[in-house]
Amino acid sequence: MLNTQTTFVLYEEEVGKVKEVIDNLLDASNAKSIYLVDKNGQMIASTGNVAEIDATSLASLTAGNIAATGGLAKLIGEKEFAIQFHEGEKDNIHISIVSSRVILVVIFDQRSSLGLVRLRVKKASNALTVIFDEISAKEKAQGSTQGMANPFAEITDDDIDNLFS
Amino acid sequence: MSFINYASREINCKIVYYGPGLCGKTTNLQYVYQKTANESKGKMISLATESERTLFFDFLPLALGEVRGFKTRFHLYTVPGQVFYDASRKLILKGVDGIVFVADSQEERMDANIESLENLKENLEEQGYDLYKMPFVIQYNKQDLPNLSPIEELQRFLNPTKVPEFKACAMSGVGVFETLKAIAKLVLLELKKGAR
Repeated sequence: MLNTQTTFVLYEEEVGKVKEVIDNLLDASNAKSIYLVDKNGQMIASTGNVAEIDATSLASLTAGNIAATGGLAKLIGEKEFAIQFHEGEKDNIHISIVSSRVILVVIFDQRSSLGLVRLRVKKASNALTVIFDEISAKEKAQGSTQGMANPFAEITDDDIDNLFS
Repeated sequence: MSFINYASREINCKIVYYGPGLCGKTTNLQYVYQKTANESKGKMISLATESERTLFFDFLPLALGEVRGFKTRFHLYTVPGQVFYDASRKLILKGVDGIVFVADSQEERMDANIESLENLKENLEEQGYDLYKMPFVIQYNKQDLPNLSPIEELQRFLNPTKVPEFKACAMSGVGVFETLKAIAKLVLLELKKGAR
């Protein structure tokens, strides 16, 4: 697992791979929209009919939900609850933890079914696990040299002050 | 843990407002929300009880502008201040980049401030963080009230290492943006350090 004090860096290449997996999942599961969120509440990628939902709120609430459920799991001696399902009148949410590190959120209605979503999510999770394992390996390998690509290496006090002007 | 996304050229940082119950953490966020232009803020989420006490957290996403071509976003969170919500507080501290400790400057709340600060240190230590080695500022809130602890006393008990500190009245907004600006600056400077 990732050290919580490091910076989580995602490059275009990886975002592209992630996007491909969730695009495929969207098709295969007949879902309305799909979001990939990191455990700290940051949105990584999304696909489908995402315009009508506030993605930033969705990301932070999902992370809060997973954190609270994880706390419950530990209370009863479980490592985590990997899957959650919330059923609404029209729309449903399927939430699953991938690779102990990111959260896959699938929103679907009656055009799909829980069984289909679960089945397709399982396959997509495996593909995502491979990608995030690669990212972890890359982070480890780069270590302190990661900063070479960090846009903040050259930041000045003026840059920061300008944000507030 | 800050999050840099090269694909969307975004950087996101997480700031947590900590402090004893009723010290004004949510009020700080509400003031920031009210005074921020629509295009720079997202929805403010408050998971609160019916009596408006924070139950889990408040959340306010802020987009401050661009640094070196990267959109800079700050996610502001508050924790529930009441002592018995400790499990929730621990969860919200996960992945934090900077801490604002909001102290209640009233004399009778001094003990609650100290207890909350100790609780913050413990909860951070559990996750391998050292409060005094990370971006951290203190706000002495409720300065408009009559029964204040002397500032020297607040400093002695709450700010022995002399991190940046601000007098505030979150209800009227005094000191709110000064506090936010200071912690945002420390977080960005920390990113710069990490980048070297």
